[in-house]
Amino acid sequence: MELCELTVHELEEKLNKKEINLKDIVKSYEQRIREKEPEVQAFVSINEDAQKQVEQGKTGIPIGIKDNICTKGIKTTCSSKMLENFVSPYDATVMEKLQNHVILGKLNMDEFAMGASTEYSAFKKTHNPWNLSKVPGGSSGGSAAAVSADMVPWALGSDTGGSIRQPSSFCGVVGLKPTYGLVSRYGLVAFASSLDQIGPITKDVTDCAILLNKIAGYDEKDSTSIKIQPKDYTKNLQKGVKELKIGIPKEYFGEGINNEVREAILQVAKKYEQMGAIIEECNVATTNYALATYYIIACAEASSNLGRFDGIRYGYRAEHCNNIKELYRNSRSEGFGQEVKRRIILGTYVLSSGYYDAYYKKAQKVRTQVKQEFKRLFEKYDLLLTPTSPTVAFNIGTKSNNPLEMYLADICTVSINIAGLPAISIPCGLDKDGMPIGFQLIGNSFSEEKLLYTAYAYEKEENFREKYKPQFKNDKT
Amino acid sequence: MNVSKEEVIHMANLASLNLTENEIEKYTKDMEEIIAFANTIKNVNTENINESIIANETYNVFRKDEVKEFEDKEALLKNASKNENGMFHIPKVI
Repeated sequence: MELCELTVHELEEKLNKKEINLKDIVKSYEQRIREKEPEVQAFVSINEDAQKQVEQGKTGIPIGIKDNICTKGIKTTCSSKMLENFVSPYDATVMEKLQNHVILGKLNMDEFAMGASTEYSAFKKTHNPWNLSKVPGGSSGGSAAAVSADMVPWALGSDTGGSIRQPSSFCGVVGLKPTYGLVSRYGLVAFASSLDQIGPITKDVTDCAILLNKIAGYDEKDSTSIKIQPKDYTKNLQKGVKELKIGIPKEYFGEGINNEVREAILQVAKKYEQMGAIIEECNVATTNYALATYYIIACAEASSNLGRFDGIRYGYRAEHCNNIKELYRNSRSEGFGQEVKRRIILGTYVLSSGYYDAYYKKAQKVRTQVKQEFKRLFEKYDLLLTPTSPTVAFNIGTKSNNPLEMYLADICTVSINIAGLPAISIPCGLDKDGMPIGFQLIGNSFSEEKLLYTAYAYEKEENFREKYKPQFKNDKT
Repeated sequence: MNVSKEEVIHMANLASLNLTENEIEKYTKDMEEIIAFANTIKNVNTENINESIIANETYNVFRKDEVKEFEDKEALLKNASKNENGMFHIPKVI
């Protein structure tokens, strides 16, 4: 078995036993990237100096980083023409925490994290390693595809409405969206600040816990980060699920959910029951309007956050302009892609006088209801179990021209961001065409430990990674 | 409810975006669909419910307003397409 096929904790074990050294690991991944990148197209930029950086003293297991997380001295493009040449003068807080780790490269995404397929990248379309004619999901599609294809041992993504979990589900890997405020957002290029959260995308649950240990924690540079006692998330992984009460919200199994996906998730529930958990149906009534609420809030915040791109201090600057107003307008119009402009216009609309009360203010009230409903549910249940996505990965090109249809891909994930809760996606099988299906566990605020040991229990039982491997199928040939 | 072309043009103006004729057509159609979908929240009864602007309970986080020097001025200026004598270059405004 090649080193690049191992998980991070397996690599660490070998390192500790001195069976291998870090250079061997980097070499194996570099080789794998050379082989697979032409097909998968997961990277926006590849670090050519990885070996050198190991020689210079880096000792951590290498990592891939979504290209909206600022990395000092390395381009951070957000997969946008707007930031094509942007080199951050500082590190994001998560990168400071990972400064001992070699960055293998920056990973592709939907432009400014707006999308569910990574097709809205201004540079390239990433392909799903399980079937190259399918999308990897999004917006952290490059991160999920790279982990799945063994091109990076682990990666960071960001999740505003499902952007870690949905691509993890599509690519058959593990993805965790932490509680809002657990991981610092300082240095994450803002999309919707009240929803954004950085999190791990990994090959298995243990790696996910290890990476969360590294990135979690209060940061004075992020006023929304929360002061809580640091935890070792790997400590209780083997705790088991006996007596754990898991709710199955009916609304997540209704219309629009693919049959095979539904069946697979119900099988997961059965498995948990066999392992000693208590499974019970429940209702999350707010599910039906969470998606509309999400798009109103996310676009409103995006239209405000993206106001900073004026072509002057950083970012794309239009050539021809006679005055300052033209400089703003031309730079923004030429620098932003179609989906970003669509969301800025939508966000401006819901914030404009005349519509503010009916949309933005109303959505903020619904948000309170979503939070209250989950709060009530977690008085009764430890966790909720749902599909991560209503379907498996779809074909490239099938949804990119229909924005509303693309938005529906987020139906199972957005409520969690609205309420600021943690949730994890775990692979649980393949559909009849060999595409991965993922299930989602949702927990109460700061219940990451419980999410991780519950996910771990299933993973040990099912052994997805041992049974299935991406096939790099190419339907065209 | 219909979203008019004029509204889309107005929003683009507010957001400092130029739109081509094709973009206006496309965005008007998209906005109509998206806004029709967004209207589902109008049916939710939110009487006596307060707004939440953020997911967690953080409220008025203050810090001292202290200047912290950022050493690497050159790295900052490098990201500007046009700069001159250590300053950002913009078209004449007055």
